[in-house]
Amino acid sequence: MTTELIKLTAAEIAEKIAAGEVTAVEVTEAHLARIEAVDEKVHAFLHVDREGALKQARAVDEKRARGEKLGPLAGVPLALKDIFTTEGIPTTVGSKILEGWIPPYDATLTKRLKDADVVILGKTNMDEFAMGSSTENSAYGPTGNPWDLTKIPGGSGGGSSAALAAYEAPLAIGTDTGGSIRQPAAVTGTVGVKPTYGAVSRYGMVAFSSSLDQGGPCARTVLDAALLHEVIAGHDPLDSTSIDAPVPPVVEAARNGSVAGMRVGVVKQFRGEGYQAGVLQRFDESVELLRELGAEIVEVDCPSFDLALAAYYLIAPSECSSNLARFDGLRYGLRAGDDGTRSAEDVTALTREAGFGPEVKRRVMLGTYALSSGYYDAYYGSAQKVRTLITRDFEKAFEQVDVMVSPTTPTTAFAIGERADDPMAMYLADLCTIPTNLAGNAAMSLPCGLAPEDGLPVGLQIIAPAMKDERLYKVGAAVEAAFTARWGHPLLEEAPAL
Amino acid sequence: MPGITREEVAHLARLARLELKGEELDHFATQLDDIIGAVARVSEVADQDVPPTSHPLPLTNVMRPDEVRPSLSPEAALSGAPAQEQQRFKVPQILGEE
Repeated sequence: MTTELIKLTAAEIAEKIAAGEVTAVEVTEAHLARIEAVDEKVHAFLHVDREGALKQARAVDEKRARGEKLGPLAGVPLALKDIFTTEGIPTTVGSKILEGWIPPYDATLTKRLKDADVVILGKTNMDEFAMGSSTENSAYGPTGNPWDLTKIPGGSGGGSSAALAAYEAPLAIGTDTGGSIRQPAAVTGTVGVKPTYGAVSRYGMVAFSSSLDQGGPCARTVLDAALLHEVIAGHDPLDSTSIDAPVPPVVEAARNGSVAGMRVGVVKQFRGEGYQAGVLQRFDESVELLRELGAEIVEVDCPSFDLALAAYYLIAPSECSSNLARFDGLRYGLRAGDDGTRSAEDVTALTREAGFGPEVKRRVMLGTYALSSGYYDAYYGSAQKVRTLITRDFEKAFEQVDVMVSPTTPTTAFAIGERADDPMAMYLADLCTIPTNLAGNAAMSLPCGLAPEDGLPVGLQIIAPAMKDERLYKVGAAVEAAFTARWGHPLLEEAPAL
Repeated sequence: MPGITREEVAHLARLARLELKGEELDHFATQLDDIIGAVARVSEVADQDVPPTSHPLPLTNVMRPDEVRPSLSPEAALSGAPAQEQQRFKVPQILGEE
């Protein structure tokens, strides 16, 4: 029974709970048992809220018993990235500087999940302050990729994606600043969506780079991602960057997958040096599949994408150096060196030295440098100009095509530790995902097969214009259905047993 | 573009309020130099007549009516503070002796 329950999709679980075939408590207990059994190996979770989850599940069962109408995801368990504040539950952002901090309030996203009766199992591991592409920068130790525990599960939302791939939760939440939802989805064989910038509230989401950060859904199927998308998206007056417009009809699109008559752009810039042969092979097959399904394939030229990585590694650190100034040891979290003899300035410096890991320090200093007098125009100013050029490239491309596609990552999951001492090599993992964050439009990653050379998952990225998120789901659902029919089962079933 | 030196890293660390240890300064100097070298390519567009984009959305201030509404209690607001006294954040000395 337990094995059956954990392999169900979120849509199936919700249906069974609503029909009274299974209780929310049974589903939650099955997932808690799975976490108990495998998470020591995977380390997807930083905190499991056993009691809280069971309490939420009981409330769903009582609601049903009273005959109240349940929402589309009522009683479905979810793994929440530890970047969203949760009232009464620790929020660490993968950092020592917030170790033991228990927020006195819920993020808007947390509140929406609770209001929709989604059961929050706990908080997932992540690169510290969402800075990284491998979940190795977590102060609490790395997460393993369920396909091969010696490999990275992607970053920064590696915990969320690993929880899905290890069947510890059918749904998860991530945040995507440069690819931190899509890149982990790609390397774990799951689905991840970065909605249009501003579509999901950032209130209560610990800020890394405010103009790029975007929360979004992670799931094992396109439909599950869509159901979650509808729960978490929508205008929030508490977030001044929240878009005040209706949420696109993503669930409807996911239920009616089709690419017939669509124009699909293949980005010329996303191949060549640094791309693994097996990744390109699976990507080319995906393009062929799209053609077979009735799409018209058009090559699109986006020359400024070649500068996207460089622009990102100036803009994101600049914003992070400013956002992380609040971690000063005075108001919350860690305080080091306060022995009564030191000034506030010294205590702040000692606290930040003790509380931040190397990647965070590296980016804070990089940002401080890029924003400093004399270098501002050359670095930060120029990066902002590149951002304009990238947005123009997208605009031009979307005049010709409805969506664009590319590999999500240039390679499959690499070994834990392999790139730890080479920041530039690590940064390359987000090469294909970054332009979308700079322009603010929407993108999805979904599985498109295993690379022949290492048997690890490859992700297909679909990119849509801002506020046209439904196109991702329409195309994603069609591709998913065609691949599942071809393979005879969902790709994740090929993952080795844990 | 100039290279980044150990002394510059020490200066940046002071500006960023990071009490870096000696070996960290050497390590970061090498890495930051590599990164700056790689990202300096953005200046290739510097001469072009391109307006900068700082944010994907046009931002405007969001105002709400000036109404009294519930907020966190002092106990809740201070619950995560490293030190507190008399319902206030207790902070280290800010002003010098002089």
